[in-house]
Amino acid sequence: MIPIVLNVNDVNYEIMVNPGEMLLDTLRKIGFTSVKKSCDTGACGICSVLVDGKVIPSCSYFTMKIQNKKVITIDGVEEKAREIGQFLLDEGVDQCGFCTPGLIMSIIAMENELNEFTEKNIKHYLVGNICRCSGYEGQIRAIKNYLEVS
Amino acid sequence: MSVNMNIPKVDGIGLVTGKPAYTNDLASKDSLIVKVLRSPYAYAKIRNINTLAASKVNGVELILTHKNVPDKVYTRAGQSAPEPSPYDKKILDEYVRYIGDEVAVVAGINEEAVDKAINKIKVDYEVFEPVIDYEKAIGNNVKVHDPDCGTVRFDIGRDASKNIAASYHMEIGDVEEEFKKSDYYYEDVYYTQAQAHLAMEPHTAYAYLDLQDRLNIVTSTQTPFHVRRIIGQTLDMPLSKIRVFKPRIGGGYGGKQFIHGEFFVSLVTLRTKKPCKLVYSRKDVFSASNTRHPMRIKLRIGAMKSGMINSLEMKILSNTGAYGEHSLTVLMVAGSKTLPLYNKVDAVKFSGDVVYTNTTPAGAYRGYGAIQGNFALESAIDEMAKLVNMDPIEFRRINMMKEGETSKIFEVMGEGTEGTAQIIKSCKLEECIDEVKRKINWNELYPRKEIDENTVRSVGLAIAMQGSGIPYVDMGSAILKLNDDGFFNLLVGATDLGTGSDTVLAQIAAEVLEIDTSKIIVYSSDTDLTPYDVGAYASSTTYVSGNSVYLTAKKMVEIMKDRAKTILETEEVQYSKGVFKSKDKEITLADFSNEMYYGEDMKQLVASESYYGVKSPPPYMACACEVEINKNTGKLKVLRCVASVDCGVTLNPNLARIQVEGALVQGLGMTLFEHADRSEKGTLYNNTFLTYGAPTKMEIGKLDVSFVESYEPSGPFGSKSVGEIGIDTPPAVISNAIKNALGVRMKELPITPEKIWEAINNK
Repeated sequence: MIPIVLNVNDVNYEIMVNPGEMLLDTLRKIGFTSVKKSCDTGACGICSVLVDGKVIPSCSYFTMKIQNKKVITIDGVEEKAREIGQFLLDEGVDQCGFCTPGLIMSIIAMENELNEFTEKNIKHYLVGNICRCSGYEGQIRAIKNYLEVS
Repeated sequence: MSVNMNIPKVDGIGLVTGKPAYTNDLASKDSLIVKVLRSPYAYAKIRNINTLAASKVNGVELILTHKNVPDKVYTRAGQSAPEPSPYDKKILDEYVRYIGDEVAVVAGINEEAVDKAINKIKVDYEVFEPVIDYEKAIGNNVKVHDPDCGTVRFDIGRDASKNIAASYHMEIGDVEEEFKKSDYYYEDVYYTQAQAHLAMEPHTAYAYLDLQDRLNIVTSTQTPFHVRRIIGQTLDMPLSKIRVFKPRIGGGYGGKQFIHGEFFVSLVTLRTKKPCKLVYSRKDVFSASNTRHPMRIKLRIGAMKSGMINSLEMKILSNTGAYGEHSLTVLMVAGSKTLPLYNKVDAVKFSGDVVYTNTTPAGAYRGYGAIQGNFALESAIDEMAKLVNMDPIEFRRINMMKEGETSKIFEVMGEGTEGTAQIIKSCKLEECIDEVKRKINWNELYPRKEIDENTVRSVGLAIAMQGSGIPYVDMGSAILKLNDDGFFNLLVGATDLGTGSDTVLAQIAAEVLEIDTSKIIVYSSDTDLTPYDVGAYASSTTYVSGNSVYLTAKKMVEIMKDRAKTILETEEVQYSKGVFKSKDKEITLADFSNEMYYGEDMKQLVASESYYGVKSPPPYMACACEVEINKNTGKLKVLRCVASVDCGVTLNPNLARIQVEGALVQGLGMTLFEHADRSEKGTLYNNTFLTYGAPTKMEIGKLDVSFVESYEPSGPFGSKSVGEIGIDTPPAVISNAIKNALGVRMKELPITPEKIWEAINNK
């Protein structure tokens, strides 16, 4: 076990981690159960968090690489998450909800990263956020409503 | 007021902001970690298993093998008792029957200790030749189960000596005689594959002992009450010692109508007295949970010159894998939820065998056989339309079920038992077809449009039906409790899988009570605190559980009115929109409820009713897709998918629409990409998201879902089910569109570009 300082949502956590430990497991261990575990291979987008503003799959990111970086989980952007979430709710597309926190983190990253929002580049940016309930169509309706694009 | 409105899901905001909601979030931090050692062989006997070294690993608390767990058969299928599934599974067995079958269970203080211990368990296997190809299962020298082991609750046609888990046969009229009279005849064989459910939440179970030493199981299940019964019965525990609670669950689609880790966490907690949890890895979900039943379906159809179908036969071979969960019922639904669509036939026959193989067990999966049957039937209908030289839509129109009609099949075929006769009181299939035909631009695009030398566009269409619960089997119930300040607790056994059933059931109660939905606080799926419900399966929640809520709310109104008479000192009380009125006085619901808690004649008002269906009104739908095919590569793009659904009155149109959209994409995934495929040795090729190929946002074009409203008199506020029907049509729709584009019939799922290319080039 190695001692590290992990900055999550602007709070420093002094913790011990295994060298091979993934950020997802560390975050859940210190209480961030908002970060869900699903595919184990960085392929579904469910465990997405922001590291220095960039969205990453926390199941495939070593905790050791996080030193001196800032991690943001959905708990750190509660107000924004509620705002985006409300658009998803208005379409009834929240469904089982398991993939939604990860989707919302990706939407926040997309807003920071893209200059132009068309249906095509929204879909392209969010392609890694898998959802098995919704069929995606309603998600796209909600995201377009949120971004005020037609 | 509340029904037919887009009320957001009551739990939505908590879920989307990531609040602790699912089993793994709720498990206490000091839970022991439970993991399973799984078989690397498709079929083997454990000659010896040595756990000594493993048990000495620091932090390991308990190791379970077949030697120290109850030696008893049961079924993991979450069905009402007596189950129509064979009792052929042991908690842990000395035989392992597929790659992924459970060998041993380790509980320890952390993952590292458990992983280390699992690596130290020494197993000496006697490896057998497995049966992987299900078409070679019947009569194979290799028997997946000892013919002397396993039991059934009633005759389901099981014959383990022939590797048959279940079989069924029925005939109405004489199909052979009728085929002799047919002017046109078509027969062919269709194949469907194993599909993974891919619920985003892996199977998770957590157990602890409460202050009364009772076993509490928190689990991502679709059937908490069945879990309690099966665990109690198999571990010889009184049910009073067990509580099962389903928190929020991250998708089910049938995959969680099945016992997964519940026995292991129960045994670990009972023996160590400590809380513990088992979270499946994604690899385990793929290889060691369950899949859709792969099927071989032979379809025979005869028609007269007039265009009327006179004879129909469906014969199925279904693969249940290593254990027979849901084997008989999924088989039967392949016929009973498809064949009645064409109810004007003179004879119809359905038969099939479900076989054991050494592959991952099959189980319940949205559609539950209907998607498999629909693929064969609706493809064959298009073929027959071509033979009689009719437009496939017109051919369907003259042959299909209409409002006010019936089918003899309803009476003959149920789910595992005889069926229940019913006259169809709501069926707007014709209107659904009209709408789809118009929206997909059928007249212009049918059969095809050549775009350029290499590119062709075409359309295909199919219709479908499902059911609404299982008559005389599925029961739901509800309790309403009036609180001060005039709000209600609604307690239901019904199991919200994320579909929004908690919300829809609250809407039904609110509509009857004529108050805002926010005044109904729902609590569901807890065997201690909520009344019984079969759980979320068989498209039953809106119809069966919904009816129980409707009846409960009606009863509450009567109970309240009766009390209000005393308060208003009158014989006659009217109730409307939260106000009780006599001729000259009135009292609001809030004041009335306060009077009940703190007034002169105090009383806690509670109402409860339950409901079981006496029929299963089918929802109907029509679906069409426009596809574009590259003739050089075989690549197919779904440009548009248009669906029109009759599910009665949509209680929450947004949630109903998402049910259909989500189901369509699952169905398109099965049609085009998904296949839990395995090697001759039984190894699953694709056990990760990276290799499995579920649809993302990029693969499917525009979805366009709408509803044609009918009114189902037996449903709450005119509603029928909507959870499953959406998945049924895509395989036949795409196969029909390809036939219209290229003149070739695709008969095997998934329809990959390779198969299309091959079909083009071997034409």
